[in-house]
Amino acid sequence: MLTVPIETQLIFAGILFFLGLIGLLVRRNMIFMLMSIEVMFNSAGMVFIIAGTHWKQPDGQVMFIFILAVTAVEVAIALALILQVYHHYKTLDSDAVNKLKDN
Amino acid sequence: MNVFFYIAAVIAILSTIMAISGRNAIHSLLYLILSLLAVSVVFYLLNAPFIAALEVIIYAGAIMVLFIFVTMMLNIGLEKETEKKWLNPYMWILPSILAAILLVNFILAVNNVKSIPSDKTAILPKQVGISLFSTYLLAVEIAAILLMAGVIGAYHLGSQKKKVKHRFLETK
Amino acid sequence: MTTLIALIPAIPFFGFLILALFGQKLTRKVAGLVGAGSIGIVAIITFCLAISFFKSLPDVKSYSVVVWEWINTGNLKADISFRLDALSLVFCFVITFVGLLIHVYSIGFMAKDEGFTRFFAYMNLFVGSMLILVLADNILLMYLGWEGVGLCSYLLIGFWYKVPANGYAARKAFIITRIGDTAMIIGIFILFLNFETFNLNELMELASNKWIAGSSISVVTATLLLGGALGKSAQLPLQTWLPDAMAGPSPVSALIHAATMVTAGVYLIARTHVLFSLAPIIQSAVAIIGALTLLIAGFSALAQHDLKRILAYSTISQIGYMFLALGVGAWSAAIFHFMIHAFFKALLFLGAGIVILGLNEEHDIFKMGGLRKKMPVVFITFLIGSASLSALPLVTAGFYSKDQILWFAFSAQSGNILLWLAGIVGAFLTALYSFRMIFIVFFGEVKTQPAFRPGKLMTVPLIILAVLSVVGGYVELPGSIGNIHLFSNLVDNTLPSVLVKNNENQEFLFQSLSAIIALTGIYLAHLIYFKRPALGESINHSRLNKFFERGWGFDILYNTLFVKPIVWLSVINKNDIFDWISISISGLALLTNRFLSITQNGKLRWYLMSFTIGIALILTYIIFG
Repeated sequence: MLTVPIETQLIFAGILFFLGLIGLLVRRNMIFMLMSIEVMFNSAGMVFIIAGTHWKQPDGQVMFIFILAVTAVEVAIALALILQVYHHYKTLDSDAVNKLKDN
Repeated sequence: MNVFFYIAAVIAILSTIMAISGRNAIHSLLYLILSLLAVSVVFYLLNAPFIAALEVIIYAGAIMVLFIFVTMMLNIGLEKETEKKWLNPYMWILPSILAAILLVNFILAVNNVKSIPSDKTAILPKQVGISLFSTYLLAVEIAAILLMAGVIGAYHLGSQKKKVKHRFLETK
Repeated sequence: MTTLIALIPAIPFFGFLILALFGQKLTRKVAGLVGAGSIGIVAIITFCLAISFFKSLPDVKSYSVVVWEWINTGNLKADISFRLDALSLVFCFVITFVGLLIHVYSIGFMAKDEGFTRFFAYMNLFVGSMLILVLADNILLMYLGWEGVGLCSYLLIGFWYKVPANGYAARKAFIITRIGDTAMIIGIFILFLNFETFNLNELMELASNKWIAGSSISVVTATLLLGGALGKSAQLPLQTWLPDAMAGPSPVSALIHAATMVTAGVYLIARTHVLFSLAPIIQSAVAIIGALTLLIAGFSALAQHDLKRILAYSTISQIGYMFLALGVGAWSAAIFHFMIHAFFKALLFLGAGIVILGLNEEHDIFKMGGLRKKMPVVFITFLIGSASLSALPLVTAGFYSKDQILWFAFSAQSGNILLWLAGIVGAFLTALYSFRMIFIVFFGEVKTQPAFRPGKLMTVPLIILAVLSVVGGYVELPGSIGNIHLFSNLVDNTLPSVLVKNNENQEFLFQSLSAIIALTGIYLAHLIYFKRPALGESINHSRLNKFFERGWGFDILYNTLFVKPIVWLSVINKNDIFDWISISISGLALLTNRFLSITQNGKLRWYLMSFTIGIALILTYIIFG
């Protein structure tokens, strides 16, 4: 029986989320940015599980399954795009793909 | 029981920090897998065994493996110097401050939620399965379509035009 | 019968439309036929209307017909309506007959020109507008015709548009007459404000009932209308455009500047004579302006060496006579002189056209000479025209008309010995310069050989006009000679007859004086320019001569006073200072864009950072705010 207060659980999820955010802002390599996004997805899913346990319903876990499916698809397509970018620009620098800048 | 939770939480946080601040891509990915395993333990402790298993199988087993495949294909490990150049310590200050502000807000936001102690009743896969295929049936179908779209999209986006020279022989 | 009146202005407009729309496809013959034919039809209609008008006198003094309603909003009502009375009948007759002769002449004159159909289109438009002007029943429609003739004179003076100087002359004419037109439209506004109608008859009635003679409003209105008349008729101070307008082809000069357009001012003053009677000071101003102009133009004509410029200054001078007559209240004398002047001045311009064309576009009279034997028909008709212009006694029509004006200048109620003196000096000058022209151009030795003989199309109108210049005067003989008053009886149906001081017995004295002066002028011209040409040469080089030649310096005066400052201002405003408001608005938008576009540098992490900062701020605000 877990008696960890729910705020702690939520704060744990939050810390993971913000770590992912920091990683996203700091890293320049696109693979690392994608990795950080994965961390953020994972922590968001964890909040759902926490909520499901809190209210004793399976809906939290169902939501996590859907998040998992979406994450899988997203990673697949994002990696395919990164491959294309790499073949075109020969680098994984996210600052190199700035052709959409103004003027 | 609580102590397991705290140990797993600490491991998860530490390995995530190592993952995002690593210079070697493969090392970071492996740290990330470690973090996902720790989170899976937390899920088990949260009375969601099915999800704990799914986390390991799908997340750490499929998605991370995909990452590692692509990393190996692109030979990123050879570029250690660029990573050193791009990651100077001063870059961490502002994001950390911002994240700290957000964390403070988050903590203040969650502090007025009542906590109900959880009992031992685990939510078994059977319950999840019934809920999935009765209440959320439509969402399941849509998720299936989404997966198919992802497959087609990934195939199409990953294709390259025929090259005469092998890409290793191309000048960078 | 009255519907025929509406056809008079309409047919030239149809001619214009046909020539303008289909001119490229018509052959020269057909185009000339359409152009001259439309005026011919109108001449016939005028003739028929004249006959029926004479038959219905003295009961019916005018015909009027409303064609359609033009403007009708609130109390602003104006119709397209025409009125034919004695005054407009005389003008219509002159415009259509002289116009017909000039159109026939133009078929021969412009035969080799490439703008043949364009010429006839413009001429038809011009005659149509002028007919609207004289037949209009309300002053707004008259203003429409006024503007129309102004436009057509611009188009026709600048007909040979490929030469820039012609365009400049056309612009000068248009701008100077525009000044007069603006004064006139303000006068129309004042009339409408006071009387709420545009109809000319109603205006004259209401004005004579409501306005007191000499009151400031009638003076102001009369001045403004006078301004319009001065512009169109090229009198002081707006006379500088007419000599330069000789850049157009000679038929144009004949039609517009001798017979019709420049007399529009005379028509206006005659039509609105009630307003001028209500402002006697302005009427005296009309006489004084007429007198001054005829003197200035007379001296200037003496010093010119371009054949058409002599005739231009002569036109200004003769219209000065008409203004002099209007100023002393001799309305029918002014109209009579208008009719006779139309005949001989058109004749002179057409003849000058043949001379210039025959000598390969040579305008300088000192390079011409001895054309008496080479172009006999032109010589004889030109001689008749000049004799009529100089008022050769008893034989020519010009004598009777000019003499009538001179007599009334002295003997009318508002007449004056000074006005008569100005007139008689002007007559002397007229004789002098017109025979100077004759002697230099047609006598002496041949300096340039003429290249062609004019055909029948060009000579027959000359002969007809020469006959009219002699015979036309016999409809109005003064009391001491024949006492025929056909013309003034006709015109007196519309305009009041002149009030005369009671000194009828001096009339014969004055007539003989004017006859002697005319003959003296001719003799002096013969002396200087024929017998002793050396004297003529030395006069040519004197400083006074050069002053006269430049039109008494009016051109230079207006150039420095008005043209140069405006051009200077336009050059400063080349980039349109008032445009900077809209430019600055768009410049401000562009500047803001340039600043804001710095935030869109295409870098992904930059965008992410901005998201995060935004979320942090909003969350902080929600939680703490």
